Amino acid sequence: MFAYLQKCEPPSNDKRWKIIAATMRKLGNERQALIEALHSYQQAFGYLDKPGLTYIAASLKIPLSQVYGAATFYNHFTMKPQGEHACVVCTGTACYIKGAADLLKSIFNAEGVKPGETTPDGRLSILTARCFGACGLAPVVVVDGDVVGRITTDVLEQRLRKVLGHAG
Amino acid sequence: MLAEELKNIAVHEREAKAAVGACVNVCGAAGCQSLQSDALAKALVEAAAAQGYGPESCVVRKVGCLGLCGAGPLVSVEPAGIIYQRVQPSDAPDIVNALQGPPVKRINLDSKLPFFARQQRIVLENSGRIDPERLEDYIAADGYLALTTVLSEMTPSDVIAEIEKSGLRGRGGAGYPTGLKWGTVAKAIGSPKMVVCNADEGDPGAFMDRAVLESDPHRVLEGMAIAAYAVGASEGYIYVRAEYPLAVARLKTAIRLAERQELLGNGICGTQFNFRIAIRLGAGAFVCGEETALMASIEGKRGTPRPRPPYPAESGLWGHPTLINNVETFANIAPIIRRGGAWFAGIGTERSKGTKVFALAGRITNTGLIEVPMGITLRDIVFEIGGGVPEGRHLKAVQTGGPSGGCIPESFLDTPVDYETLTKLGSIMGSGGMIVMDETSSMVDVARYFMEFCMTESCGKCIPCRAGTAQMYNLLGRFVDRTATRADLAQLEQLCDLVRNTSLCGLGQSAPNPVSSTLRYFRPEYEATFATEGGE
Repeated sequence: MFAYLQKCEPPSNDKRWKIIAATMRKLGNERQALIEALHSYQQAFGYLDKPGLTYIAASLKIPLSQVYGAATFYNHFTMKPQGEHACVVCTGTACYIKGAADLLKSIFNAEGVKPGETTPDGRLSILTARCFGACGLAPVVVVDGDVVGRITTDVLEQRLRKVLGHAG
Repeated sequence: MLAEELKNIAVHEREAKAAVGACVNVCGAAGCQSLQSDALAKALVEAAAAQGYGPESCVVRKVGCLGLCGAGPLVSVEPAGIIYQRVQPSDAPDIVNALQGPPVKRINLDSKLPFFARQQRIVLENSGRIDPERLEDYIAADGYLALTTVLSEMTPSDVIAEIEKSGLRGRGGAGYPTGLKWGTVAKAIGSPKMVVCNADEGDPGAFMDRAVLESDPHRVLEGMAIAAYAVGASEGYIYVRAEYPLAVARLKTAIRLAERQELLGNGICGTQFNFRIAIRLGAGAFVCGEETALMASIEGKRGTPRPRPPYPAESGLWGHPTLINNVETFANIAPIIRRGGAWFAGIGTERSKGTKVFALAGRITNTGLIEVPMGITLRDIVFEIGGGVPEGRHLKAVQTGGPSGGCIPESFLDTPVDYETLTKLGSIMGSGGMIVMDETSSMVDVARYFMEFCMTESCGKCIPCRAGTAQMYNLLGRFVDRTATRADLAQLEQLCDLVRNTSLCGLGQSAPNPVSSTLRYFRPEYEATFATEGGE
């Protein structure tokens, strides 16, 4: 059945859906609310999945295919559950020139994950970003929301061990 | 708010500031904030209290970007004009202690350094001097004076004539004359008209717009409101990257404060003029910096560009006539109105007027944000202001314009910076990112890096860009792996031409620039990677 003919019930009783509903209502439950709705969805739940996208499609009266299209088009949105901790390595030009690739290599050696992946125990996700605009401090890594500038592989490894609670 | 009230606030604020003995400004822009400048501000407040300073003798404020991000966190002391670098919370007692004596030597930064002295600040005139979260600070710096002048003394066509006279060109990169664009939107038939601010600063290595939005958000709002009056618009949108949470927060605060004082919203400054601004978040798509893609994204669609014409000036957001300008363009408007188009036209070169903000990064001693008059040479920027290449290394190339720009070799450093000369050199002015590279950077690697960027950021709508960038990326990979042949080189050059001439939007049209500029100046580096001698 077409998504937009379905009833706009949130997928669950979770209270967070109210935030997303409010975002959409503020922009008139129209198509122009789509990107903002996806933002508030991801902020509330950490990632996007099909039941949620179906709900947004029904609320905004647009086909699910187009909602899915937007969700997968923009780099900011993810449809994979994220690990408990997130480490985002900036791969902008300044950070690239100052050795972002070495940082990613050292993470792979220490934790065995590549950008876009999460450790099998679900503790740590490694992501890359295009540029945080903190190029003056290159290379830059964001660990659980904290921007760490002028970072070296040693400091990064220490930092990751700390957030993961490893000994040493 | 009426012009009279505005003046009163300005006078009152200036008097209040002059009455305070010393003002300690802590940089609260994203760079320094990530170095814990919040904790530093707190330590300074505590130190001032502990040493017996009251609110009348010492004020600690959080201000916008002080420019030299690489030496952060930065602190400045007014009116003494002292700047401190790499300040730790433990330095706070010493800084407060030195308020009435000579500066603390170990962290003092000479404010007469060329980095500060060679700059000419128009867009950044308030950056690092005002608290971006206080409207009164901006008003005290002649904020919203231009808007009230425009509303009470000028007709929309007067405003456009003044902007035309200034010679201001779009600061987003392409350099289209701003006055001409405004005139086209003003003449366009249809209502409501829209004003859009492009704050989707996607070029990696560029952070000018971020700094302006974080340091002086009202300046952008004022520029947009003047533009709206000039073209007859009533709705405005700021499309800003989601990666800039601090800029978004400060913009929201600024809009709320301005609306409360009737400097935005309905009946601005007691006139019939209405203008509302809403914020829309980007979602990490580089192509959304292209104007038609940006509008698609605001409308809630995938950010794919469409062919022009029709230009946004005739049919833009939801089909309405739309004016789109970059953050820095809007930030230039208020000073032009206040000081006159002729004043602005007196700065810069014959065809590029005014100043340009650049973000210096990479292998350079002084990384940070600078604003210089157009026509300054790259050598002055890199060696005088930037302090040269650190660790005794040599400059190899300066990359301007991000993934759409090119690499300029050392031998061309004496060319003056303006839109035309940079294009002639195979690069572009771009939005203002400037990355310095030394001999440790391989130009083939750099070209592949940018091509990977364009390949992954291609929206996929047109084939030359979608397939061409992938082909070029693979070919460049052969050079990196040293398995390339002369035939690969020929094909790479052919693809550069093809993608440049047949892509739909600016992303594809400029994607070959990093490759063709490095081929132009560093061809031997490509040839040195042939699998066999001569690459046959």
